[in-house]
Amino acid sequence: MTKTTAGALCALLTAFSLAPAAQAEIRLGASISATGPAAFLGDPEAKTLELLVEELNAKGGIDGEKIKLVLYDDGGDPNKARTFATRLIEDDEVVAIIGGTTTGASMSILAVAEDAEVPFISLAGAIEIIKPVRPFVFKTPHTDRMACQKIFEDMQKRGFTKIGMISGTDGFGASMQAQCKDVVGDYGIEIVSDETYNPTDADMTAQLTKIRNASGVQAVLNPGFGQGPSIVTRNYRQLAIDLPLYQSHGVASNGFIELAGAQAAEGVRLPGTALLVADLLAEEDPQREVVVAYRDAFEEKTKTPVGTFGGYAHDAFLIFTDAVARAGSTEPGDIRDAIEATAGLAGTTGIYNFSAEDHLGLDLSAFRMLEIKNGAWTLVE
Amino acid sequence: MSELLQFLFSGVTVGAVYALVALGFTIIYNASDVVNFAQGEFVMLGGMITWFAHQAGIPLPIAAFLAISITAAIGVAMNKLAIEPARGAPIVSLIIITIGASIFLQGAAQLVFDKQIHDFPAFSGNTPIRVGGATILPQSLWVIGGALAVFVGLWIFFTRTLLGRAVLATSNNRLAAQLVGINTNFVMTLSFALSAGIGALAGVLATPITLTAYNVGIAFALKGFAGAMLGGMGNPKGALVGGFLIGLIEALTAGYLSSQYKDAAAFVVILLVLFVRPQGLFGRKSTDRV
Repeated sequence: MTKTTAGALCALLTAFSLAPAAQAEIRLGASISATGPAAFLGDPEAKTLELLVEELNAKGGIDGEKIKLVLYDDGGDPNKARTFATRLIEDDEVVAIIGGTTTGASMSILAVAEDAEVPFISLAGAIEIIKPVRPFVFKTPHTDRMACQKIFEDMQKRGFTKIGMISGTDGFGASMQAQCKDVVGDYGIEIVSDETYNPTDADMTAQLTKIRNASGVQAVLNPGFGQGPSIVTRNYRQLAIDLPLYQSHGVASNGFIELAGAQAAEGVRLPGTALLVADLLAEEDPQREVVVAYRDAFEEKTKTPVGTFGGYAHDAFLIFTDAVARAGSTEPGDIRDAIEATAGLAGTTGIYNFSAEDHLGLDLSAFRMLEIKNGAWTLVE
Repeated sequence: MSELLQFLFSGVTVGAVYALVALGFTIIYNASDVVNFAQGEFVMLGGMITWFAHQAGIPLPIAAFLAISITAAIGVAMNKLAIEPARGAPIVSLIIITIGASIFLQGAAQLVFDKQIHDFPAFSGNTPIRVGGATILPQSLWVIGGALAVFVGLWIFFTRTLLGRAVLATSNNRLAAQLVGINTNFVMTLSFALSAGIGALAGVLATPITLTAYNVGIAFALKGFAGAMLGGMGNPKGALVGGFLIGLIEALTAGYLSSQYKDAAAFVVILLVLFVRPQGLFGRKSTDRV
């Protein structure tokens, strides 16, 4: 009798101790703007996360532990993002959060994540997210300041010293305009004409005429997002301005060439990620494998062209899974330490090297200077 | 000189878009005193449906016709399902209902189509026309022509046709209009169909210049509304002049002052005009006379 009880107890105990292991799953949280004004960013990000989680679980997860993705749609509203971040941590008990499509949403999630000491990998651009460095906050997209530096580097190489700028007044355009004006002096370049337009404006020929007439202008830079840069590019050709035109990484997608028209976009240069030129990358390029794999998987699943923004989510997920695998633990604190120790991790955006002082982990080499030729991207050497 | 001409061309291009949108406001306003804030969504639908149909292989003219017809039908449905059941409610409530309809249409477009930015080919190519050192796109001429044609059509409708007068009569006094034998329900349905159709036409003509996406409606509605207010709500002449004026003020400010003050300048002018003439430049005199 006692033997059987003991046996049953033993069986019960093993069952109990085994149960969590058998069902073990790594709970990953995400709050993304899949709808709302930032939907065109958030939509591919959400699809990317779902795709990658599915793919990884089909392969057996990380060390046999499957990932359970808890995905919320914050609609680009920072208040909702804060609520979802709290819910992710308190109710869903996630070990890390990916998300914050917009800078606003990221800023409200990071406060919650920082308090709860749960690692948070942001998908938004602003430098404020990782400066000052917060122990639990990381981000994958390069900053607009780096885009400015990359562009000015290229202008400097081509010997330009006087340029005109036409910027969108949306958050992206205004922020990049400010960052560019901040670093332009380092490259011996002077902004001789500084104009703006509303993201919904239908015609920018007035501003462009003014820039063209500014004395000594040698090139034009257009920090902007959405349809504005396409219209600027079209108007630029309409006015037959023969100065080189630079666009920002905000429009680094095939959609831009389509909207501006191959003819108008001819010769436009912009800093983009390896993702756009997957087929042009050298065989030995460390990013080639990951970029091609992601592009093929995304395009097959969604039937839509891959874009930089989905790539940010891809990299955030890659950083997370890489950290969990190296940490060999699913404790948020251990994951954080592992993320900070990430080195030489090739993502679609660039090669990530995090450190205690740098929670972005990318340098200027993450950007490739691209030029549009005959309606396709080419790498500028 | 060529500089001024370019600024004027820019202003006229943008102004024509505003004017077309502003003209769409006039009919519903004339029939019911309701400012239809879903007017911008009609413009969006015109562009998005044309893009969608064109992409599916339908020739552009038929796609444009389809877009205008479908949008007009949506306008009628909006009147039947949202405005008519609330008949007798104060004007303000009706206006709020149109805001709700606008949000609904935007959300529906986001689901039915997608969240990307789109365009379709310009009607007469993209080769700029050169005039005295300045350039204008052929599509701009289409938009300007469209705005003028709609204006003439509306003017004839309101002043020369019985139906147009019936619309004005309904607006002046619905009960009296009913008593003299005007089918006011039909007038409302008709005015929503026409307004939606004009909105869609604006979307069809403007999209090759402005591009389209599910969320462009609000910006169109705001600028069109500003144009209509400046010219005088309900008056087709006011809508036309108001729309062009705002476009020109914006372009000239951007060209000669700074593009930073472009919108501010336009709104300062609107405020000043409304201080002096609260009914707008062309008031409602023509409607009062009828």
